[in-house]
Amino acid sequence: MDDDLTKRIASHPKYQELKAKRTSFGWWLTAAMLVVYYGFILLIAFDKELLATRMGSGVTTWGMPIGLVVIVFTILITAVYVRRANNEFDQLSDDITKAVLK
Amino acid sequence: MKSTTKFALPIAAAMAALIAAGSAFAAGGDLGQAEKQATNWTAISMFGIFVLFTLWITKWAAAKTKSAADFYTAGGGITGFQNGLAIAGDYMSAASFLGISAAVMASGFDGLIYSIGFLVGWPVVTFLLAERLRNLGKFTFADVAAFRFAQTPVRIFAASGTLVVVAFYLIAQMVGAGQLIKLLFGLDYMYAVIIVGVLMMVYVLFGGMTATTWVQIIKAIMLLGGASFMAFMVMAQFGFSPEALFAKSVEIKTALAAKAGKSPEEAAKIGFSIMGPGGFVKDPISAISFGMALMFGTAGLPHILMRFFTVPNAKEARKSVLWATTWIGYFYILTFIIGFGAIVFVLTNPQYLDAKGGLLGGSNMAAVHLANAVGGNVFLGFISAVAFATILAVVAGLTLSGASAVSHDLYGTVIKGGKSDSAAELKVSRITTVCLGIVAVILGIAFEKQNIAFMVSLAFAIAASANFPVLLMSVLWKGCTTRGAVIGGFLGLISSVALTVVSPAVWEATLGNPKGSAWFPYTSPALFSMTIGFVGIWLFSILDTSKRAAQDKAGFLAQQVRSETGIGASGASGH
Repeated sequence: MDDDLTKRIASHPKYQELKAKRTSFGWWLTAAMLVVYYGFILLIAFDKELLATRMGSGVTTWGMPIGLVVIVFTILITAVYVRRANNEFDQLSDDITKAVLK
Repeated sequence: MKSTTKFALPIAAAMAALIAAGSAFAAGGDLGQAEKQATNWTAISMFGIFVLFTLWITKWAAAKTKSAADFYTAGGGITGFQNGLAIAGDYMSAASFLGISAAVMASGFDGLIYSIGFLVGWPVVTFLLAERLRNLGKFTFADVAAFRFAQTPVRIFAASGTLVVVAFYLIAQMVGAGQLIKLLFGLDYMYAVIIVGVLMMVYVLFGGMTATTWVQIIKAIMLLGGASFMAFMVMAQFGFSPEALFAKSVEIKTALAAKAGKSPEEAAKIGFSIMGPGGFVKDPISAISFGMALMFGTAGLPHILMRFFTVPNAKEARKSVLWATTWIGYFYILTFIIGFGAIVFVLTNPQYLDAKGGLLGGSNMAAVHLANAVGGNVFLGFISAVAFATILAVVAGLTLSGASAVSHDLYGTVIKGGKSDSAAELKVSRITTVCLGIVAVILGIAFEKQNIAFMVSLAFAIAASANFPVLLMSVLWKGCTTRGAVIGGFLGLISSVALTVVSPAVWEATLGNPKGSAWFPYTSPALFSMTIGFVGIWLFSILDTSKRAAQDKAGFLAQQVRSETGIGASGASGH
């Protein structure tokens, strides 16, 4: 890719939009994942009793659904990113390609 | 289980490290020095069928493996779904299956906390690296890390990072194979190491990435299928009510504790302890450090990163991580059910227990005995064959990534200055594959009696402290320079190895120094060595005023444009 093409793409408004959107979305979701996982670990580290509390009259504790939620959250947050990237971001990327490579 | 003689697969490794760190998480996760069992012909024949089938695939793949691109990345022709299964296959090792289910059987909820750590790195890989890797790279992660830098030093660093990670991972897998074959097939240790070495060489040598990927996919399907069946059979016994399964498990654990001479109150407390966190997260720094190694190590494992180059574009790369995350998450839920199932169906059945009430063949046999309990002898054979096939597939992937680092990064770029032809690179990869195969067999034999429990957690820590920071900074930070990346990367690599050596898992458990003498008290070095890696890259980049540094920074724009849009990406279609 030559310098001229690079500059043309870099100055394209849709490129600026793509870069800004993807970068902030990626970091926000990364932060969300970190908060959920380390929140879970710190919850265990500082308040073991909470997760070992029974939910009802049975033996099932709050730890079980919370652990499951962390797993499901991990999968869902990945899906959220992939869905937006495969539609919106790829569309922007295609638009840029069409605009600069004629 | 003697804590001085253990070997490790990923789970066992980390767990043993935790045991050494003074955790109460003592049972499970560690295959120990396995006792040889009676020869299991059902398992051996099932494994034989798997091998014949994979060899047939290798033959088919060999006809398609003509260029270096075919060898390294299957010509970029793998779909996102297929690659997702293959990544999941790379990640679901024999130890995750046997080790986590055994840990759940022993400690319940703690096993779940542990498995979650292995899952949470995947979103981070997706958000920050997957598509950028695909857009910038061609064959190895060094293609990405060295994109705008001076090739020689960065490639030398990346190849070192790759080979060190691969070596530690490989030793753990080879020794694991040897212990498992005694346990599952009732054959000698030596056979396992040689069988694994030879088959792995055949797959990689002739079938390259195509064969390795398909072996991985088949194994992933077999493992997911087998584990699903076991979890289904367990849940069916309890009318698909988790509460009923948990209640029965607590009852059994309580009864076992009472039988062991505890007072009724104590027994009830012990029985119920499987429902909440136990000793796994004792010290928050160890927990966070270990979590970081798992989370960011995933994003720096060379054999995993290489998989992003086997798909045709960024879209498929994203799909593949989503599939991988889904399968791996599902798999950890299954192992959790299997662990509880083992409490109910294995711990209560004298057929599976020795005189002292322990599991026949060691604590890691939980899933294997459960296979027999829910599916009879044939299913037991199937699960044993799957466990062994798992190691074989992981070893093949590791060897391929090691061979690529040598042939593409060291030979192709450093020695030949990027001017080698595809045929010559292919030849070097094949020679390297044979060398790595022989070295792996020799190391597997040499480490048979060694305590190598720390090796896989070390591989994750190195990947998180050396490969990951260099990759992330080179892709996302304009100010990163060749000097910063190379010095910071090596600092991360050296500090993670050094801190592991002076941690309890190596200093006390492996080197035999007295308890409490370890200089570094935590389970994993990642919190510290990752910081050293990142700070090193930052510091030596901002201090770098060389001509090369200006060139490195000037190259950022072109790199960023390509990483964001995929324009100019290798194998991208349409232009």
